[in-house]
Amino acid sequence: MQRNNSRDAAHRRRWQRCSTAVAATTEMRGAAVVMQVIVRLDKEKEKTLTKKEEHLLLPNAAIAIVPLPDATAPAHLPLLCRQPSAQPPHPAHSFGGGFRFYHLKELCHLLRSTNSFEAEAGRLMTGNESESELPVPPYPPIEPTAFDLIVIGTGLPESVISAAASASGKSVLHLDPNPFYGSHFSSLSIADLTHFLNSHSTPSSVCPDPLYSDVEISNYASRLLSQHPRNFNLDVSGPRVLFCADHAVDLMLKSGASHYLEFKSIDATFMLDADAKLCSVPDSRAAIFKDKSLGLMEKNQLMRFFKLVQGHLSLDESEENDVRISEEDLDSPFADFLTKMKLSHKIKSYSPFPPVTFFSIIYLWHLIAWLFFRLEMPCRIVLYAIAMADYDQEVSEYVLKTRDGINRLALYNSSIGRLVLMFQNALGALIYPIYGQGELPQAFCRRAAVKGCLYVLRMPVISLLTDQNSGSYKGVRLASGQDILSHKLVLDPSFTVPGSLASSHQQLQESFQAFSLSDNKGKVARGICITRSSLKPDLSNFLVIFPPRSLFPEQVTSIRVLQLGGNLAVCPVGMFVLYFSALCDEVNQGKKLLHAALSALQKLLVTGTAGNSSTAQSEDMEEAKPTLLWSALYIQDLSLGQFGSIISTPTPDGNLNYNDLLDATEKLYWKLYPKEELFPETTSSPENSEDDAGLTLES
Amino acid sequence: MHGRPRKPLKPEDAAASAAKAEKLRVLQSQFLHNHHNHIYSKEAVELSTKLLETNPELYTAWNYRKLAVQHKLTENDSDPDSLKSILDEELRVVESALRQNFKSYGAWHHRKWILSKGHSSIDNELRLLDKFQKADSRNFHAWNYRRFVAASMNRSEEDELKYTEDMICNNFSNYSAWHNRSLLLSNLLKRKVEGFVSKEKVLPDEYEFVHQAIFTDPDDQSGWFYHLWLLDQTVRVDSPQLVSSWPTPGSDLILLGDRCLDGCASSPFTRFHLDSRTFPLVLYFNQAVEGVNSSTITVDSELNTNKDLVWKPLSSCNSKAAQVWVTQLNLPDGNTHSSKVFPVEVSLGHSQGIISSSGFHYSNPFCFAFRVSLQFVETQPVEALGKEIISWRDESFHNYNAHSQDSSPISSLYQLSIKNDNELTDFEWRAATIAKEIDHFRELLSLINCKIGKLTLARLLMAHDAMMCPPANKISHSEEVLELYNDLMRLDPTHVQYYKDQHSLVLLQQVTSNWESLLSRCFHYSNSPSNRGSPMCLQLKNLSLSRLGSFDKLLWVQMLDLSHNELRSIEGLEALQLLSCLNLSNNILGSFTALEPIRQLKSLRALNISYNEIGAHSIDTTKYLCSSPLSHSVGSEWNHGQTVIDDDIKSYWEAYFILKGLNLTQFDIVGNAIVNEKFKSFLIKVLPGLKWLDGEQLH
Repeated sequence: MQRNNSRDAAHRRRWQRCSTAVAATTEMRGAAVVMQVIVRLDKEKEKTLTKKEEHLLLPNAAIAIVPLPDATAPAHLPLLCRQPSAQPPHPAHSFGGGFRFYHLKELCHLLRSTNSFEAEAGRLMTGNESESELPVPPYPPIEPTAFDLIVIGTGLPESVISAAASASGKSVLHLDPNPFYGSHFSSLSIADLTHFLNSHSTPSSVCPDPLYSDVEISNYASRLLSQHPRNFNLDVSGPRVLFCADHAVDLMLKSGASHYLEFKSIDATFMLDADAKLCSVPDSRAAIFKDKSLGLMEKNQLMRFFKLVQGHLSLDESEENDVRISEEDLDSPFADFLTKMKLSHKIKSYSPFPPVTFFSIIYLWHLIAWLFFRLEMPCRIVLYAIAMADYDQEVSEYVLKTRDGINRLALYNSSIGRLVLMFQNALGALIYPIYGQGELPQAFCRRAAVKGCLYVLRMPVISLLTDQNSGSYKGVRLASGQDILSHKLVLDPSFTVPGSLASSHQQLQESFQAFSLSDNKGKVARGICITRSSLKPDLSNFLVIFPPRSLFPEQVTSIRVLQLGGNLAVCPVGMFVLYFSALCDEVNQGKKLLHAALSALQKLLVTGTAGNSSTAQSEDMEEAKPTLLWSALYIQDLSLGQFGSIISTPTPDGNLNYNDLLDATEKLYWKLYPKEELFPETTSSPENSEDDAGLTLES
Repeated sequence: MHGRPRKPLKPEDAAASAAKAEKLRVLQSQFLHNHHNHIYSKEAVELSTKLLETNPELYTAWNYRKLAVQHKLTENDSDPDSLKSILDEELRVVESALRQNFKSYGAWHHRKWILSKGHSSIDNELRLLDKFQKADSRNFHAWNYRRFVAASMNRSEEDELKYTEDMICNNFSNYSAWHNRSLLLSNLLKRKVEGFVSKEKVLPDEYEFVHQAIFTDPDDQSGWFYHLWLLDQTVRVDSPQLVSSWPTPGSDLILLGDRCLDGCASSPFTRFHLDSRTFPLVLYFNQAVEGVNSSTITVDSELNTNKDLVWKPLSSCNSKAAQVWVTQLNLPDGNTHSSKVFPVEVSLGHSQGIISSSGFHYSNPFCFAFRVSLQFVETQPVEALGKEIISWRDESFHNYNAHSQDSSPISSLYQLSIKNDNELTDFEWRAATIAKEIDHFRELLSLINCKIGKLTLARLLMAHDAMMCPPANKISHSEEVLELYNDLMRLDPTHVQYYKDQHSLVLLQQVTSNWESLLSRCFHYSNSPSNRGSPMCLQLKNLSLSRLGSFDKLLWVQMLDLSHNELRSIEGLEALQLLSCLNLSNNILGSFTALEPIRQLKSLRALNISYNEIGAHSIDTTKYLCSSPLSHSVGSEWNHGQTVIDDDIKSYWEAYFILKGLNLTQFDIVGNAIVNEKFKSFLIKVLPGLKWLDGEQLH
């Protein structure tokens, strides 16, 4: 009950922040939350509720306070709202699941018959009804039929582009064949995720080269999970977090998308050490001080290294100083630099491998490598848990340069600083959006909608239209049969157009094919687990790094695991969701990584619960039930964004954060509109002056 | 709160603050008018509220408010409600004043004053403190007040200790938290609270805790301060100890009377020239003690049959506590030509009464004996001190060849530090702790070059040596320590004087640590080489000494050469009660006040202070450390002795004050800026017994 109250409060705060327009979809899908709309005619009091209004509030309802549009806002401010059943579906701009945009006037009219609205809201509160059960409305015609830009797919890069284009005054049509926002960046229920992965992994005539492969989904407790059909928000492209100082946060603040989002900090980072135990990653002065696993000398080394980096970063480029790291060092491999900084001056001679009965040449080589080149713990912490290096820095060819390593440390460092500025005693550098990372693309979509972008979900595109003469792109034909014209087109990376109505135009066809077959940069192996216990008894949200060679000798990439608990609204309270991913070159390697990670996690779950169950012997009977409830393992192809006459956005990458993705998106946008700035600063808007305060974070 | 650079005021800010100052001035004059006329009306008090909320530093206003409160309380003392409202109003004013400046002494004091009235609830205070300590976690006002609040609400010290731990974990560079921790622990240890019964159990954990801070960031001083306190706690023995005495236990003392010569070949270290009919008995404790008198110390011998001995503390100021105590034993009347032996037995600690300044009793019953024999041989010409001019030139001194039968005056002293069983077990963990610390800091210094680390290591090594001295453990670290201090002088020039002083102390400790090294610095003094009964001179010249120490091992010295050093003061020299010849030439003594210890050396006959800097400095830095009639630290002897104050005394009163009570026969002062004809004539007047001034015979 307590938790419900606090969630209500969070909702209330959240909706109070939305000062212009509001659309709520996640709440309805995820937790069956009802939205109540209050239209506020008095502009002065737009952010608080009056006593009378508070009295009217429905429990568990998301609150939207909608002020009258001022001169700067578009007159036909669209509001997404669940329509009362009495009303017939609006012919235009209809969404699936009974959601649609209303124009404000319409809404006001609607709200006057409050009784019907509340009755409808009351019915929704039972939460048993799912969207998919509702009849799919017939495709309505879209007006107008020509746009500046058509965006297909509502993944994060597409959403950012459509929000940016809308913000700079372009007319944008944003389509998604799925009934939900987010595409490959969405957060879905178990059923929806299973469906999504399966449908995107089977080659078909529609999609000859699917993005996902080798999907293995196992359900160990289907009865238990079926009790919570809608309580999961599972990320398709997890694990992913935001660094407080990273690009994504800047972009959200700049675009105003931050108003629709709420974050919580990830409490800690752990790394698997040589004894197969989780050791905490000391990432700040206080953390180093408190850490119990590091020796005194190691603490000293680590802190000195951080100071060196800080000193290096705080100095001007021009300044000649001993504190600056020399150019020569900056170009050297980061691991060598760390060794030079004496972060690994001792060689501990222990082997992490279980006794092996045979001695293969490879094994011997690795053993030697381990004994002689093994980096000291602080060094591994810096490399894999702070700089987040993907590949083994001692044997692989993908070596992180000192310059890049220092920059990654700088991001980490400034993230800690940024959090501290906002909240005293914030625990870490990382944050995660409540309700899953699918919230991010949605927030940008809302931003786009506010600026006039038209959204149509469940609308597949069946073919591209090309100019008869030049063969260049002209428009798209929708599943409804309607043809829409636009100057530019942005496509989801997995999107392929079956056949072409203009088969004579080979050029376009080829360039289109090129997207789907886009240069294969490698693969990323992803896994999702639902468990009933936490890896660490006293914490729920944290990151775990399995550095290279920590699980098996041939492990060349590090595996990152993100555990999230019920307080992030991604699963029911008492359960935990674990995301893990690793880069790999081919499918078998990826599967090996995933299975090793899964078994390591299961082992940790057993030891983790054994550690704290000594006091609760009586609960052993219950503990006997499997802790692992559900798992999904899959391999995802990686591709970069492409620019031709049609733009294709990048797939979710193997990184922990959004930086590379957003950099690529920004580049695409600049190619799309070379003269436009991405979310130009508008000094007139009071929202922007709020700056960091706009980013909500629950602690 | 800390480490923020101060920015120069902008012109408009400067103007604003000028306007604010003008307003304040008006308010202040109105307030002072009210104050002087004892107006405590509502308006007048409100005026002071306004004033204090702008400027909480105005302590006159706080005092005015106290008067106003008293006034109001006497007006309606019967009504508890109005009483409470008056005090609550005061608390509110203080709180808003503290919001303006929470480092205001006056405001915090006013709050304490209000609470001490006892009518206000104290529970609110911790909440307020939490707020202030969140804003600035090391504000010592808040911590000070916290101690007050914790004491008044009887909050357990264990809880407070836990609180300091939490604060330190948040940010370990918090001097106030460490300081509070040391206070709480001292109290807990003193009260022997459950879990804090012995230091042996408590201190190791504290060392472990502070190591985390020191090693994580050696540049942060707060941890080092706490470490210093811990070191002191480890080394310090609470109860006072007798360290040495003169005459030494078990020694055979030979007193040479007027015109007499030593006939036998006894050691010159136990021979003593007698001028008057008394000789001193000196007790040297390890810390300043009080209560040494004839009831706490029993002296059993024929020498003092009829009267109580008068014990005098030897301290520079006129305090009752001193580390060194002296009494005079009288020789029996009448010329005894035959050699007679008087046994003397001294016992102390059998009754309580000797108490250290920190309140610990001397609790180690101890008894020692020595024998005194008198020798009067009249047949041979006498060469005794005071009869001939002493020449400090090198050719007057001859190497002393130690006779095997020479009993060392210092080797026997160690027997004094008898440990009881309790202290022996104590000793073990103390020594083990110090040894462990030494290892830790050696390791730290192997990684980094750290000034405070070196200083701590030097202190640790000295503590180790001091502890290990009584057992026959000959491994001494003094060479290493001297090297460390030499290093520090180079590394840290701003504190060079401190390091020099420490270096001197260690050097003296090294010289006096064993009999052999001491003997190598002992020389026979005689003008003609054949004399056997000539005095023994300890030469400590050319050692760059800037401070003196190790007096406990030098109590036997009658002739001391400290020339060619860097002495600015001779603090502690008063312990050498037998000193009759002292050479301080070629030092940097800046004034007569620096010579204060020699006032207590009643047997001093020859003093050489030539080639110093007396009179060269216009500002006398030791003047206020010196006891003087002006500082009321001089006893009654000054008033009685002084009858005539002439001009000379007025102009040279410091010299007069120092030299007055001495019976010098030889005085060298050439080479000081103060010397002129007038001063010389003044000296002759002050020192009537003077025979040689600057080597010239006086008539």
